[in-house]
Amino acid sequence: MNLTQFIENFAGLFDETDADSIQATTCFKDLEEWSSLVALSVIAMIDEEYDVEFRGEDIRGSNTVEDLFNIVKLRAN
Amino acid sequence: MAKITFHGVGVKAISACVPPEIVYNKDLGYLIPEEEIEKTINNIGIEQRRIAAPDVMASDLCYRAAKQLMEDNHIEPESIDVLLFMSQTADYRIPATSCLMQHRLGLPRETMCFDISLGCSGYLFALSTAFAYASMQGVNRVLLLDGETFSKIVNRHDKVDWPLYGDAGTATLIEKGDYGESTFMLNTDGSGEEVLKIHAGMRNPITPESCVAREREDGNIRNDLEVFMDGMDVFNFAISKVPRCIKALLQETGKTVDDVDYVVFHQANRFMMDFFVKKLKINPERVPYCIHKYGNTSSASVPLTMASELRGKLDGNHTVVLSAFGAGLSWGSAIMSMRDCNVSPVIEY
Repeated sequence: MNLTQFIENFAGLFDETDADSIQATTCFKDLEEWSSLVALSVIAMIDEEYDVEFRGEDIRGSNTVEDLFNIVKLRAN
Repeated sequence: MAKITFHGVGVKAISACVPPEIVYNKDLGYLIPEEEIEKTINNIGIEQRRIAAPDVMASDLCYRAAKQLMEDNHIEPESIDVLLFMSQTADYRIPATSCLMQHRLGLPRETMCFDISLGCSGYLFALSTAFAYASMQGVNRVLLLDGETFSKIVNRHDKVDWPLYGDAGTATLIEKGDYGESTFMLNTDGSGEEVLKIHAGMRNPITPESCVAREREDGNIRNDLEVFMDGMDVFNFAISKVPRCIKALLQETGKTVDDVDYVVFHQANRFMMDFFVKKLKINPERVPYCIHKYGNTSSASVPLTMASELRGKLDGNHTVVLSAFGAGLSWGSAIMSMRDCNVSPVIEY
């Protein structure tokens, strides 16, 4: 599982945020476009791309994009 | 998982009634920042909803729908053997609203009446109950009333729930007849009880304090008699269970999505339904939506969608999949052989 690809998938969920501004260390909840609806699309993307069940508490407990990736990676294995 | 198959029983007619008062989500500026309103509407797919007047209950909407159905299909009250009322917003704690409806609709005292209470998945479970009774010796017709007035149990300052919910009442007539096979798959996971809940009840008694609206998570305001929903967990639950349930149902019945004329989803939110459509590779033309004009009407949303969007489209033989999920957690799907189902126009009360 590839972090760069995950960041690309994650960045693809935003309409107005420049993809280049999203890095592994980005605190995604600080992004201006972040909302509970984007959170739903993160859950959907993780289900579709990685076949991993992602809960509200996983998002609430994560700060950076890499934090999300690490949970997905752990569950996918 | 309960898998139940019926033969020789089907849905003869469907009707629905909504309140005339329209609430527009574009007017939610007090709850959602103005710049996010349009995006929110596009995402959840809800432009407007119907809200019942303070003195109009789910039972009133169901009553009107039932009268319309009986009139349109020339159904004599004496011919109804069982009346079911499915709702989470019944008139009273005691007695069951179905008993009141027996009297109000002029059904004979020999009619068997009882209420069913479940989450947004309720119609599927109640419909399977109706099919079961209609299959029995001694029962020919079952009238299923499914209505909800969530506007009475959602706080207007709860930004997760208030933009979603609308009110509606429906009636479905189930009877013995020359119908093909219908199969239901019904599931439950009570470990998810906290995800969608009204806290006050018998375990947590209603007190003056529980009636006071207080600020909760993310600035949402509600009291303990109003609905709480963890949107992300409901979404996670739905996307992981619903497509799987429909796939299993099709597999068990030896069908593919291409054999199905219509797939009627619980109208939870548009984003979620679009996800199901994509995941299951369903032709979008076969998926009716009424969420844009009525919102999420909880357990009434499946029959309301049929009444609103499939009028005149259920003549002859059709294969229809119904699917719903909600509090409990609870979810189910059904594949129905429908034949000349008479759909009345949606009325207002």
